[in-house]
Amino acid sequence: MTRGDDIGVPSRAPEVVLRQWTTSYRVWLGAASVLLVLPFFPGLGSDFSRSLLSQMGIAAVFALSYSLLLGQTGLLSFGHAVYFGLGAYAGIHLMRAINAGLPVPMPLVPIAGAAAGLAFGMLFGSLTTRRAGVVFALISLGVGELVLAAMRMVQGFSGGEEGITADRGAGPHVFGLTFASQLEIYYVIAFWAVLSAALMVAFLRTPVGRMCNAVRDNAERAEFIGYDPVRVRFIAFSVAAMFAGLAGGLHALNYEIVAADAVGPARSGAVLLMAYIGGVANFLGAILGAVVITWLQVSLSDYTTAWQLYLGLFFMAVVLFAPNGLAGLLLMHVRLFRTGAWIAVLKAYAIAAVPAGALVAGAVALLEINYRRATQPEAGPQLKLFGVTMDTSTPWPWLAASGLVIFGLVALRRSWPLVTAAWRHAGDETRRRGEARS
Amino acid sequence: MTHGAGSELQCVLQLRGVRKSFGATQIIRGVSLDILRGERHAIIGPNGAGKSTLFNLICGRIAPTQGCILLDGKAIAARPAFEINRRGISRSFQVTNIFPRLSVYENIRCSVLWSLGYRYCFWRGVSRLRDAAEKTERTLEAIGMTSRRDAPAGVLTYAEQRALEIGITIAGDPQVILLDEPTAGMSRAEANHAVDLIREVSQGRTLVMVEHDMGVVFDLADRISVLVYGEIIATDLPSRIRRNEAVQTAYLGSAIHA
Repeated sequence: MTRGDDIGVPSRAPEVVLRQWTTSYRVWLGAASVLLVLPFFPGLGSDFSRSLLSQMGIAAVFALSYSLLLGQTGLLSFGHAVYFGLGAYAGIHLMRAINAGLPVPMPLVPIAGAAAGLAFGMLFGSLTTRRAGVVFALISLGVGELVLAAMRMVQGFSGGEEGITADRGAGPHVFGLTFASQLEIYYVIAFWAVLSAALMVAFLRTPVGRMCNAVRDNAERAEFIGYDPVRVRFIAFSVAAMFAGLAGGLHALNYEIVAADAVGPARSGAVLLMAYIGGVANFLGAILGAVVITWLQVSLSDYTTAWQLYLGLFFMAVVLFAPNGLAGLLLMHVRLFRTGAWIAVLKAYAIAAVPAGALVAGAVALLEINYRRATQPEAGPQLKLFGVTMDTSTPWPWLAASGLVIFGLVALRRSWPLVTAAWRHAGDETRRRGEARS
Repeated sequence: MTHGAGSELQCVLQLRGVRKSFGATQIIRGVSLDILRGERHAIIGPNGAGKSTLFNLICGRIAPTQGCILLDGKAIAARPAFEINRRGISRSFQVTNIFPRLSVYENIRCSVLWSLGYRYCFWRGVSRLRDAAEKTERTLEAIGMTSRRDAPAGVLTYAEQRALEIGITIAGDPQVILLDEPTAGMSRAEANHAVDLIREVSQGRTLVMVEHDMGVVFDLADRISVLVYGEIIATDLPSRIRRNEAVQTAYLGSAIHA
């Protein structure tokens, strides 16, 4: 197993690294300008791509709010979608009011979502944040089920499973913009996403934001420097709920429909997945996770009906082998790149990639063959996979796939030590240089 | 020591008939103790005498079963720990108790925030707070960790973590400092260094400490209380504690001459 620790001991705490990243206004300016030109990149010009980008933006705000809760304050919630969903309902009802003649421009709809998120966050937070850890996690699960059940009951307000709709194009025009097109709504979302990210980073740098980290690290010690951990958790929870509500408002604006599932456990699970796969240790992870998972959700479903299975496997792989998530892997390799010992590691990766590729290909083939036979027997025995058409009624595809898996497993076991050794070597190298410097 | 009419004013911390039981077991059996303003007071006693429990009672980690604890004449017993800390009692822990993923600097800065009145402020950037930065720098310098400021506290050496522990305890300018075995697990050289540090940072403050190392105790303390099986059997100057026969038989014995 490769770990970041192999590259010497990290000499700077995560918040020091984050500060250096995010205090540079060039980073924010850069991010804003990339978002500005992104919908005109080759291949991203279609409404489909712009809709995907919009979804990523919404998911990023939602995942960031979750990261504030889990990564920064140490609160594991199984019901964060409650605030997203209630924010979405506040948004869609405001949109309906605008449709009925209320003179409010559509881009301000997310503010209603944020207000609803904050209000419900404070309401439920005052009860749930009294305890941390397992108790908090279980109560959040309960609140999630409760609110979902309530939403199914108040059909008039929520529209139940069918949901309620509004028309974002039917409102006051601002500078001639109608906000009906996907491109216009993309820019609205991008604006709110950058603003939210900046505000959340700024929150973390306030006294109470710093204490969120302190309470996460050691709630007991926080009491002995004058802070009530319950109060700190409550504030963090309310702020996280507010931004989740804002993301919900963006969701309402983007889809023009909100249904009861917006508050449901599936969405709570999805945001947990995003934050965890991206890495909860820093904010970069939440954004990365939101982008990757949204992309996988949309594109994987084009290739296979078993896409949720792959998502689950991917999640398990990250939890088991990369506990710091994609952002952790990324930072680890950035550090490696700086040592100069990366060529050896790259070579080892190239060698290990062959059996790893065989293992994945074999496993995917086995999964697809079984999935097809079990769930879609009417589609016939012919299956096209990796550009090869195979007849699943004969034993050959099975044998070939099993052979790939076995070869992959055995060869990976033998070649993986090369990777570990290369990383260890890189670590030694860094330490040696560190000693030579000091 | 004068124990005239003015002694109430001299006492910063008073324990009156404090008892604590866990179930049927009485750990603290009626302790009364006066801590004078500005003194360095050590509490010694054999293992299991209840020294740590006594600390936990004073700082609000647990509530006494009976009796009262006064800080500046006001009752603090059974108040939440954070409230007692805000009133000016700050403690360190026997087992290092820091914020492991935060940098050394951040550990200290978090510890100065409440004392400077920033409370739950969420509208000002913490790096713009000049007074917090200055106080943090001063504390870092006092514990000799300025050069380690950016390191995550979790990766420090044991002696460094003990120094940081003291730094967190004193950063908020408390009037009373409780140190729970500050030199436990240290080498002789490290312990000597810690004694210098404690002497320096306790200037102008009241210090109460639990300590097993008699060298450290007799080096630092102005007065010593001996706690045996939940009762204080003597409180006196170090030179008299050394000669006290009850103390000799109950606890010290050879430890004092070692």
